[in-house]
Amino acid sequence: MTQKIISNDFVIRFAGEGGQGLVTSADAAARAASRSGYYCQTFSTFPSQIMGGPASSQVRISTTPVLSSGDFVDVLVVLNQYAFDNHIQDLNPENGVCIYNAQDCEPSGEGNYFGIDADKLAKESGNTRAANMVILGAVAKLIDFKLESIESFIKDRFTRGRPGDEEIIKSNIIALSFGADVAEKSGFNVGSLAPPKPPEHDQIMITGNAALSLGATSAGLDSYYGYPISPATTVLVWMEQNLVQKGKFVFQVSSEIEAINNVVGAGFSGKKAMTATAGPGLSLMSEGIGLAWMAEIPCVVVDVQRGGPATGLPTKSEQSDLFACMFPAHGDVRLPILAPGTVEECFMIGGLALNWAERYQGPVVVMSEFGLAERSENIKKPNLSNVIDERRNSKTGDNGFKRYQSLGKNGELSAMPIPGNQAAYVANGSEHDEIGDTTHLPKHHIRLTERRFGKLSLLNDAHFEIENTNSEIAIMPWGSSKGVAREAYDKLISDNLNIGWIYSICLNPLPKEVLKELRLKKIVIVPELNYQGQWSSIMRMDGINAVSVTQYTGLPFKPSELAEKIKEKIKQTMEV
Amino acid sequence: MSERNQEYDFKWCPGCGDFGVKRALEMAINTFTEEFEIPRTSNVIVAGIGCSGNMVHLIDGEQPFGIHGIHGRSLPIAFGISSSRPDLNTIVVAGDGDFLSIGGEHIAPSAARNPNITCIVMDNGVYGLTKGQSSPTSETGQITTSTPFGKLESKINPLELYLSCGVSFIASHYSSKPKQLSDFILDAMKHKGMSIVHVQSPCTTYNDTYDILKGDRKKGIPGTAYIVDENHDPTDYDKAKALVAKDGVPLGLIYKKEPSTINELQNKLIMDNPSKNVEDILSSYSI
Repeated sequence: MTQKIISNDFVIRFAGEGGQGLVTSADAAARAASRSGYYCQTFSTFPSQIMGGPASSQVRISTTPVLSSGDFVDVLVVLNQYAFDNHIQDLNPENGVCIYNAQDCEPSGEGNYFGIDADKLAKESGNTRAANMVILGAVAKLIDFKLESIESFIKDRFTRGRPGDEEIIKSNIIALSFGADVAEKSGFNVGSLAPPKPPEHDQIMITGNAALSLGATSAGLDSYYGYPISPATTVLVWMEQNLVQKGKFVFQVSSEIEAINNVVGAGFSGKKAMTATAGPGLSLMSEGIGLAWMAEIPCVVVDVQRGGPATGLPTKSEQSDLFACMFPAHGDVRLPILAPGTVEECFMIGGLALNWAERYQGPVVVMSEFGLAERSENIKKPNLSNVIDERRNSKTGDNGFKRYQSLGKNGELSAMPIPGNQAAYVANGSEHDEIGDTTHLPKHHIRLTERRFGKLSLLNDAHFEIENTNSEIAIMPWGSSKGVAREAYDKLISDNLNIGWIYSICLNPLPKEVLKELRLKKIVIVPELNYQGQWSSIMRMDGINAVSVTQYTGLPFKPSELAEKIKEKIKQTMEV
Repeated sequence: MSERNQEYDFKWCPGCGDFGVKRALEMAINTFTEEFEIPRTSNVIVAGIGCSGNMVHLIDGEQPFGIHGIHGRSLPIAFGISSSRPDLNTIVVAGDGDFLSIGGEHIAPSAARNPNITCIVMDNGVYGLTKGQSSPTSETGQITTSTPFGKLESKINPLELYLSCGVSFIASHYSSKPKQLSDFILDAMKHKGMSIVHVQSPCTTYNDTYDILKGDRKKGIPGTAYIVDENHDPTDYDKAKALVAKDGVPLGLIYKKEPSTINELQNKLIMDNPSKNVEDILSSYSI
C-alpha cells in the first residue's frame, strides 16, 4: 500500500434510485462531518417522481468553506448497475474509489471498486435498517475519517428518550464497524482527510430554501401564499410549519395566479407578503406582477429556477429565467432582481427583498435556483439582532391623499396609506392620476412611467464584490453560479491570469459602483446556465461589453472545466 | 369624469344598471360603517375590469379604500386582503364576464375556504366595455358582436353554480330597487364568510333587459323577475337548489349557512399549536 495522500477536500456521492435514502446518506455524512468541524455542501439530483428513477446525492467535505460541488467524485457509492454505468466517469481518475452494492450490481472487469453487501451486514448487526451505516462506515474508512465522530453523531441522533434507543445505537455502531472492516480488507484508500479547522463562530446547517424562508420570517414576513411546484415547494412547506403566529397568515392556494394576486392584496392591506414559485408558476404570475408594478404594491416573488421552458426539467439546475424575471409582464417594466449566490445570501436576501418592496412600494423578484435551494450547507449562524424589519412610509393624510405623486426633490417617495387609516385612495392597475383614478392623459402616463422607474434608485444597498480592478477583463457570475465561478477564478488567479472579479446580489438596479466598473472593462465574462447568455445580453443592452460562457446540461458547472472555458473565451474574444 | 375628479375619464351610459348598484352599495357601506362604528376607510372595494369595475372610482362622499386590479382576479386579491386583515370589510365588485368567465376558476376554491368577503356581481349578460360580446350569461342564440350568427353555448346559471360550489350566502336581486338591494348587500357584509349578491344590472347599450326583467303590460311582456316566496327557507339546501333550478330571476335570499371562516379556523390552529418564534426556528438548525 502506498503512502496515503493527505487532502483538504473530498467529494462523496451516493447514486441509485429515488427513495433509497440517498439524500439521507449524504445528509448524515454532512452532519457528522460538520459536527467535527469540517465545511460541507451537499448536492442532489433526482427525477420528478416520488419513488424510483435514477437519483444521486453527494456531499463535499472540506477544511475550508465549500464553493461548489467540485470536479470529481472521490468516493462513489452505487446501489445499482445503472448508477455505476452513469456515474463511474465522474470518479477521480487519480485515486477515486467506487463502492458498489454487491446485491444489485456487478461491474465487469477490474478497477478501483469493490462490492459490499450492506443489507446482509446490516442484518448481522441486528438492525435491518442500518444498511446506510454499513456504507457510511466503509466511506469513512476510505478517507480516514474518525469513526468515533460518526458514533457520537449516531448517539445524538438516536437518543430520543425511547426504550429501544440503546439497542438501536448499539446496532448502528456495529453496522458502521462492519462497513469499515470491508473497506479495510479491500486494500483501497482514497487518502486521508486533513484535520478540520473549525470556525470560531456558531454554525447552522441549512438548505437554501430554508435559509431564504428564515431570512424572510426574521425580517417580519406577515403573509405567505403559495402553490406546490418543484423546486419551490419546500418554501411553502416551511412556511406552513413555521409561520404559525398570531397576526400571520399562511395558505396553500389553488394556483400561482391566485398566489400572486393574494400577495398583491396582502401587500396593499399593509402586510409584508411573499410567494415562491418556479418557471411555470412565474409565467402564470406575469400579469399579477405587472399589476403590483403598476399599482405600486409591495410584495415579493421568489422564483426558484429549474430547467425550462414549459414543464422542462423540474428538478435540475438552470439559470434561464432571467429575462422572464426582469421583464415578466407586458408594457414598460423592469423588475428589481435579487439573486442569491450562496446559502448565506439566501438568508440575507429573504429579508432584503421584503424590505426593498416596502421601501420602493413595489414588487421585488428573488431568483434562486434548484441546486442552491436544495443543497445543505453549514454556514455562520445569522445574528437575528442585525436583521432589519423595514416598513413602508405609511404616514396618513387627508382623504383623497395624493398617493401617486412624483418622487420629491430628495428622492422621497410619497407615503403609501394603509386601509383603516385615513388617506384613502384607489390602487389602480389602469394608468392613473395622483389619487389613483383612471386617466389616459399623456401627462399622467409620462409622469407615472418615470416615477415607476425613478424610484428604483432607492434600492441602493445591495451587497457587491469588486476585486482586482487593474485588469481589463473581469468575470461576473450571477446567482447560483457564484461559488463555482469563484473556485474557477481562484484557479485562474493562481495560474497568473490577470482577471478581475465583479459580483452583485442585485441585477437590477445594478449598484452604481458595479455599473461603473463593468463599463470600464474591455470584456466581462459571464458564466451562466442557459443557452442564450441572458445576463450578458442584458448587460450589453446597458452598454457593457459582456459575453457568456454557457452550459445547458441541467447540471451546475464544474470548477476546472469552467476555468478552461473562461480561458478559451478570453482567447477567442481577444482574437476578434 | 366623476363629481370629485374632472379628469377621471370614464362614465357609465345613461340608464346603466350599475348606477342603481352604486347607490345600493353606498347605502350599505354607510349603514355598515355606522352600525359597527368602524372608520369608513376600513371598507375596501376590490374591483375587477369591466364597466362594473369602475364602481371603485365613483363612490360618493368620504372615500373607502379601493383596488382596481386586473381582469378576473378580484377574488384572489380580496382573499389576500381579507385573510391578512380580517378587521377590514372587504367587498368585491365584478361583472359577469369578470367573475364567471375569466375569474370562474376562483369561485369554487374561495367558497371552500369561506373567507369573509362580500361579492357584488353585476350581471348584464354581455361584455360592455369591449362593445358587446357574448358573456357566460348571454342567452343561447343571442346575437352579439362576437356571436353574429347567435351564441352556441348554453347560458350558465350563476346561482346554481354558487350553490354547488358551497358559497355560504347567496342572494339574487336587480338594480332597479336600490333600497331593497342595499338591504341584501348589508346582510351579505354582516354575514361571516363568503357572500355573493348576484345583481341583474342591465346594459342599456348592448343588452337592455329591463323590459324582460320587470315585464311590460302594454307590450305584453310578463317579466322574469319575481320576489322569493316569504316561506322559502334559505337554510335548506334542497329548497335552495329547487329554487335556482326554476325559470326566472328570483329577488331575495337564496341560501345561507354559517360554517367557520378561514380566519376563524386559522386562529384556532394558532391557538391549538405552539407559537413559533424566529430564535427557536433558527436554533433548530444548529449543528
